Amino acid sequence: MSRVTNEPHLPGLRQPAPSNDGLDAPFWEGTRAHELRVQQCDSCGVHQWGPEWMCHQCNSMPPNWVTIDPVGQIYSWQRPHHPVHSALTDRGPYIIVLVELPHASNIRMVGNLLGDPMQQIEIGAPVSVVFEDREGDPDFTLVQWEVAKGH
Amino acid sequence: MSDDYSLRGKVAVVGVGETTYYKHGQSADPEFVLVLKAILAACADAGLDPKDIDGFCSYSNDRNDPPRLANALGIPELRYSNMQWTSGGGGAAAAVQNAAGAIVAGSAEVVVAYRGLAQGQFGRFGRSGGSRPVSGAAAYTLPYGMMSAAQMYAMRTTRFMHEHGVGRDAMRSIAMACYHHAQNNPRAVMHGRTLDEETYDSSRWITEPYRLFDCCLENDGAAALILTRTDRAKDLAKPPALVLAAQQSGGHRSGATAENTTDYVTSSFKPAVKHLYKQAGVTAADVDVVQSYENFTGGVVMSLIEHGLCTYENADEVLTFDNLRADGGTLPLNTSGGNLAECYMHGLGLQVEAVRQIRGESSNQVANAKVALANAGPMVPVASTAIYGAEEVLG
Repeated sequence: MSRVTNEPHLPGLRQPAPSNDGLDAPFWEGTRAHELRVQQCDSCGVHQWGPEWMCHQCNSMPPNWVTIDPVGQIYSWQRPHHPVHSALTDRGPYIIVLVELPHASNIRMVGNLLGDPMQQIEIGAPVSVVFEDREGDPDFTLVQWEVAKGH
Repeated sequence: MSDDYSLRGKVAVVGVGETTYYKHGQSADPEFVLVLKAILAACADAGLDPKDIDGFCSYSNDRNDPPRLANALGIPELRYSNMQWTSGGGGAAAAVQNAAGAIVAGSAEVVVAYRGLAQGQFGRFGRSGGSRPVSGAAAYTLPYGMMSAAQMYAMRTTRFMHEHGVGRDAMRSIAMACYHHAQNNPRAVMHGRTLDEETYDSSRWITEPYRLFDCCLENDGAAALILTRTDRAKDLAKPPALVLAAQQSGGHRSGATAENTTDYVTSSFKPAVKHLYKQAGVTAADVDVVQSYENFTGGVVMSLIEHGLCTYENADEVLTFDNLRADGGTLPLNTSGGNLAECYMHGLGLQVEAVRQIRGESSNQVANAKVALANAGPMVPVASTAIYGAEEVLG
């Protein structure tokens, strides 16, 4: 359902670090293990992303973390052309997608859509995760997306 | 509940002022000096002594804090200071709201709403840099190349166009109307630079679906509005622009990170608008002129729809260049040139322009304007919106 790559898509940007209160550490530990982990409330069952210390639906705290299927569908997209960071100068356009996960309370996740940067993008198209393993200090893994095979 | 629990008409804007508006990084003055100059200009406009000020309201974590301002101005009593939390310029009308609320509550009598920006001194919004790790909400977007304001709000516009099938023509008309109005406004940074359809259509992508001319400017300068009790306003230099209503607006989980707000396709004004018109005692049909915050034109389309000034179905037919012009249009929009072509003073210039319209002092004056709407910050977690009126609107 997912795959792993060692090829950096947008090298040179600031790397992610877990928040200093530990809130999202399970997410970043999950990506290193090539698993997609988000919050799900033990009491009411709703999924939550981005993470918070309280379930927004029933106010239980803190919500639990679960591993979910690393798939979704394109909810919206943009194609940046203008480089706003020095690492993007001469990089050319790239695609940012907002992916909806219907099997996880319709949470949405932001990532890049891999493949041809000028590809036609279809809202609603099924996508799956590509775990992008990156060297850093420390090493980290991003959650990228590609259009599902056969679509 | 008694009608006394309302701002309506109790407070007026009695003075407005701004510095010269500069391209970003071009101000020779430090940001704090710009704010002082704007406050002095607003006081002179009102016919008030700066030492009459006893309250300050701002937004967007303005760096020029009230204790320092009060100290510099030699204000004898600092009775009220207030900061509204938002992102971007979404708090411009909220600063006016908070100033008016303080006056109604008896917390202060003469309150200034202000904003200053000197991007040469403090850095630009539209550039990002650095190599340090990023954590929290930014960690879910920045490593994917989503970090500038245009990138934060582009996907809402994509989804809006997808769901409603409108927007592209309206976005071009909005940009053209702003540039059109800037040509009569000597304060405007884009005074002398026109924009036609071909120039818009051939302009480069910043991030699809936003072209260059869909995006606001970045500028140096400052602006200020002076508010006081309406009964005191009658003795001052200029006709008062009454605050008929002012509201903040954040919907269910509008602050959710990684684009997880419940209602995604919104300018963020839905919660406020029902309170806004009720408080003002007017309807959308009564609005003579509109100042609608353009961080990006796509947000303006949604803002105008959510304020009841057009619909999802007819947005492209109503929001035409001819309709949006002060000279003959049915829905005059951003008559100073707005954030696209006058100056990006984080939207406070739009509040100033609404006051000028009520006074009859705009460089693109709408004939007999009695009710002016000015909103701030579409698509941000907390937006704000206000309606100003001439005294006769109270009846």
